[in-house]
Amino acid sequence: MKYLFFLAFLLAAPLTPPALAAVSDPAEMLRDPAQEERARQIGRELRCLVCQNQSIEDSDAELARDLRRIVREQVSAGRNDADVLRFVHDRYGDFVLLRPPVKPATWLLWATPVLALGLGLTLILAMRRRRAAAAPPGTAEDLSAAERARLAQLEDGRSP
Amino acid sequence: MSAAGDRRPAPAQGPGGAGAPPSPSRRRLLLLAPLGVAAAAGVGFYAMLRGLGTGSYDPKGVPSALIGRQPPEFSLPPLEGADLPGLSSADLRGAGRPVLVNFFASWCVPCVIEHPQLMRLAREGVPVLGVAYKDKPADALGFLRRHGNPYRKLGVDLPGRVAIDWGLYGVPETYLVDREGFIRWRWAGPITDDTLKQELQPLLRRHA
Repeated sequence: MKYLFFLAFLLAAPLTPPALAAVSDPAEMLRDPAQEERARQIGRELRCLVCQNQSIEDSDAELARDLRRIVREQVSAGRNDADVLRFVHDRYGDFVLLRPPVKPATWLLWATPVLALGLGLTLILAMRRRRAAAAPPGTAEDLSAAERARLAQLEDGRSP
Repeated sequence: MSAAGDRRPAPAQGPGGAGAPPSPSRRRLLLLAPLGVAAAAGVGFYAMLRGLGTGSYDPKGVPSALIGRQPPEFSLPPLEGADLPGLSSADLRGAGRPVLVNFFASWCVPCVIEHPQLMRLAREGVPVLGVAYKDKPADALGFLRRHGNPYRKLGVDLPGRVAIDWGLYGVPETYLVDREGFIRWRWAGPITDDTLKQELQPLLRRHA
């Protein structure tokens, strides 16, 4: 049961929303809450190149602030998400995208979960087949006369 | 259980058949597998640490997206009092020889470290063009008075927007623009004596 809870937790963890952005200077925010939300969504896709494991929405670095401002300017100018992401990607390359694009250089990266799952399943199946072959399930007919007598004796002794 | 004297004989098995328990050599192999993995990881970590030491491996290094491309369109005003022209993308289009574009700031300590190398390049006749990044004009001027001026042209990028068009993520950063006007090289961090000898000078010779 405990194990099940743990599993459920693991499965649910990626679904929980990320912690509130560390940076929430009201002066930076757009007036229109819908646009501000869109700008945040875009910002969470972009890596801060100064503190590299944070998105520009989470980082307090100067460069992240500049990029947040650029994202907001473009959102309020009516450019769509893909355009804004392309603007930053053109300047900073694949590394700035927290979700790497699918292309030949990243195929292996994207395929790794599927490959690992396949390998695990193959291993489990192979081991099960081997175990099954090593110990074929026995039936009562396989028992010798002495074993059958012993079995009967045990069963009698158990039932009152 | 052990009372049963006549046990069912084990199923017949060919050597190494599907039902065979791991043979001793195979078992030893399985025991060695974790050791092998640990050894491989050790070699990998050693290589990474060595690379970190010699500078050939930098986990924080970001490859420039502008290599092989032309610089972005820009036009930066001159630094008042420096008596140098400003810098714009037109200055980089087909200069006829490779030029360096150096982003610096007076508040940047590594910039002080690399400055002697820039001065040397300028003395050797390499065109060094500067961009003062997010620097108050008076501070930038003070920096040049104190450490010398290697720049033929100098643009002031107070908001740092042109720098973002270049894909800059820190100062100092230096770009090599070849004679046809394409960006060939980007160095993020100070140009040390080693950088100069091992990277920049061979590049300048190749693109001369």
